[in-house]
Amino acid sequence: MSEITIAEALNQALNHEMAIDENVVVMGEDVGVNGGVFRITKGLQERYGAERVMDTPLSETMISGMSIGMAAQGLKPVAEFQFMGFIYPGFDQIISHASRLRNRTRGRLTCPVVYRAPYGSGIHAPEHHSESTEALFAHIPGLRVVIPSSPARAYGLLLASIRDPDPVVFLEPKRLYRMMKQDVPDNGEALPLDQCFVLREGKDVTLVTWGAMIHETRQAAETLEAEGIEAEVIDVATIKPLDIETILKSVQKTGRCVVIHEAARTCGVGAEIVAQISEKGLMDLLAPMQRVTGYDTIMPYNKLEKHYMPSVGRILLAVKTVMEYV
Amino acid sequence: MSVVATFEIGYLRILDEEGHLLETIPDFARDPKTLLTLYRYMILTRRFDAKAVALQRTGQMGTFPSSLGQEAFSVGIGHAIHKEDVFCPYYRDHGAMFLRGVKLSEVLAFWGGDERGSHYTRDKEDFPISIPIATQMLHAAGVAYAIKLRKQKRAVLTACGDGATSKSDFSQAINAAGTWHLPLVLVVNNNQWAISLPRDKQSAAKTLAQKAIAGGFRGLQVDGNDVIAVRHAVAEALDRARDGEGPSLIEAISYRLCDHTTADDASRYVNKEDLKEAWRHEPIIRLRNYLIHQDFITEQYDEEIQQACDHEVEEAVEEYLNTEPQKPESMFDYLYAKLPKTLTEQRNEVMGV
Ligand SMILES: Cc1ncc(C[n+]2csc(CCOP(=O)(O)OP(=O)(O)O)c2C)c(N)n1
Ligand SMILES: [Mg+2]
Repeated sequence: MSEITIAEALNQALNHEMAIDENVVVMGEDVGVNGGVFRITKGLQERYGAERVMDTPLSETMISGMSIGMAAQGLKPVAEFQFMGFIYPGFDQIISHASRLRNRTRGRLTCPVVYRAPYGSGIHAPEHHSESTEALFAHIPGLRVVIPSSPARAYGLLLASIRDPDPVVFLEPKRLYRMMKQDVPDNGEALPLDQCFVLREGKDVTLVTWGAMIHETRQAAETLEAEGIEAEVIDVATIKPLDIETILKSVQKTGRCVVIHEAARTCGVGAEIVAQISEKGLMDLLAPMQRVTGYDTIMPYNKLEKHYMPSVGRILLAVKTVMEYV
Repeated sequence: MSVVATFEIGYLRILDEEGHLLETIPDFARDPKTLLTLYRYMILTRRFDAKAVALQRTGQMGTFPSSLGQEAFSVGIGHAIHKEDVFCPYYRDHGAMFLRGVKLSEVLAFWGGDERGSHYTRDKEDFPISIPIATQMLHAAGVAYAIKLRKQKRAVLTACGDGATSKSDFSQAINAAGTWHLPLVLVVNNNQWAISLPRDKQSAAKTLAQKAIAGGFRGLQVDGNDVIAVRHAVAEALDRARDGEGPSLIEAISYRLCDHTTADDASRYVNKEDLKEAWRHEPIIRLRNYLIHQDFITEQYDEEIQQACDHEVEEAVEEYLNTEPQKPESMFDYLYAKLPKTLTEQRNEVMGV
């Protein structure tokens, strides 16, 4: 069997759903002939036609607004925003309508749309191409926010998101698009939404993260292992709704927790995780929790990017801090 | 320099203020029964409005936007659309919504602060009232896309105000409609005001209808106080849409004879003389005059219609006032198809368990 990247796994999931469900349509800027700027929708227009794989005019407002009308008619649009930093013109429709249509109509109309966007840093593109603003969406009732971090989870979580009857914001860590390969059978098996994944078990410290930061976090865990510290690594994957139970269970075991995310610290999803642990698991803690995050600055251009991003070193430092308490 | 594009915007008016015909009467309007339906719904809308404002003033309802003076627009578009079409209204379209089968009590519930007002017991596909200006026009474009994709012979109608034409959702709906040749009809209730901002401060464009030209399709104006003209132009546009002849934009010229909403005081910015002049053009008298000229209506019958409408409104108010509020936990029950387990705790908190 051949191994595939996250980018290929996403394409495989889209292809799978388009083949079995004629209501699935793909829409976005350059997603048709060009297959998307990251080629996630490559080959789909050839296979399913321009009506189901729609090259839209250059308007995020149009993409998010129209997707809602299409979904209310029973289609399942998978809408691509070229980069997370360009979602904002379409933000209003997502927040004001997609997330609310079911509630507003007491279940009469629903909005099963997937809003996909590559997010996060690491590709040396101009300003606005490196954003991690998942917390903005996580704050909105009625939305789900899902972030895969491996080819298998990209495939399984995208299938689940397309099949979910409510709107999902699906954020793809673009730095990982082609970084790793995995064997991902095209078996149509979805992964559960609303659930964290324990990627590595350990008894000394819980490292909670998602998206591209999985990479640095796992490296840190390996270094720690060499030093005799067993870190448990949790990929949150669905940051809304948050599966706090899995995280609490881990913290109960380890008594120590470090949350790692690319996004700025203030009101980041890490703040929510830490808050919930202090509400429900404070007595299990042996040390104050730590956050390793992007700074509360504008994301710097790529020359300074590495100073902004949580590094393996910064993660190790935070772990050292929590391990000092005995 | 050579000319590469030119355009013209037509203006349709069939009845003048006195109810005299300025054009040949369209076929649909030869049937007295149809005209009486239009008349009745305009009266119903006006009576409903007055009652809704009164309910708000007496603390029995939330903020309410009246459509006083714009009944021909609302009823005209509501009558033009076919049952199997889809309507994406704005918040001043009550007359049209009534014609779509939305219950008066549901509209009261909506403005009274109860989400069930948009559940629509008798209408399953229309969009609910959308409060963020112009956003509904893109939903309509999406519905129209779905209809086109499925090769159905249906059309979509969406409405907004003159102020809404400044929003990108409006321009993008125009752009989408033209690009995909959608079965979509966009109608603008140009009531001359967007809260306190007059039409000429909204855009330097001579007409709002010409915004369709930028989208590559037809735009026209109608006299928004002439229900026959509105009904005719919109029905024709919807026919074209259903027949695959593409979208239309129709700007109906009217006047907001009321405050913007019950939370507004238009005397702060509307000139009294202008308002008095605008009353001369209001839509109900004009149709009534025509009905009388044609002997389609008698004083007595007119009186009966008014009373029947009042009665219908009273019944709706009764129903509205006697509806039990929703259970507090209902705020969780339509958030997702299935409530995520992380939210049960909060739901229990609201329930006091
Ligand atoms: C996006 C947005 N901005 C502002 C408002 C507040 N607001 C409500 S109605 C209105 C004026 C709308 O005018 P127009 O489109 O002409 O419609 P009309 O009310 O005159 O029928 C404004 C500014 C809103 N509802 N949505
Ligand atoms: Mg207006």
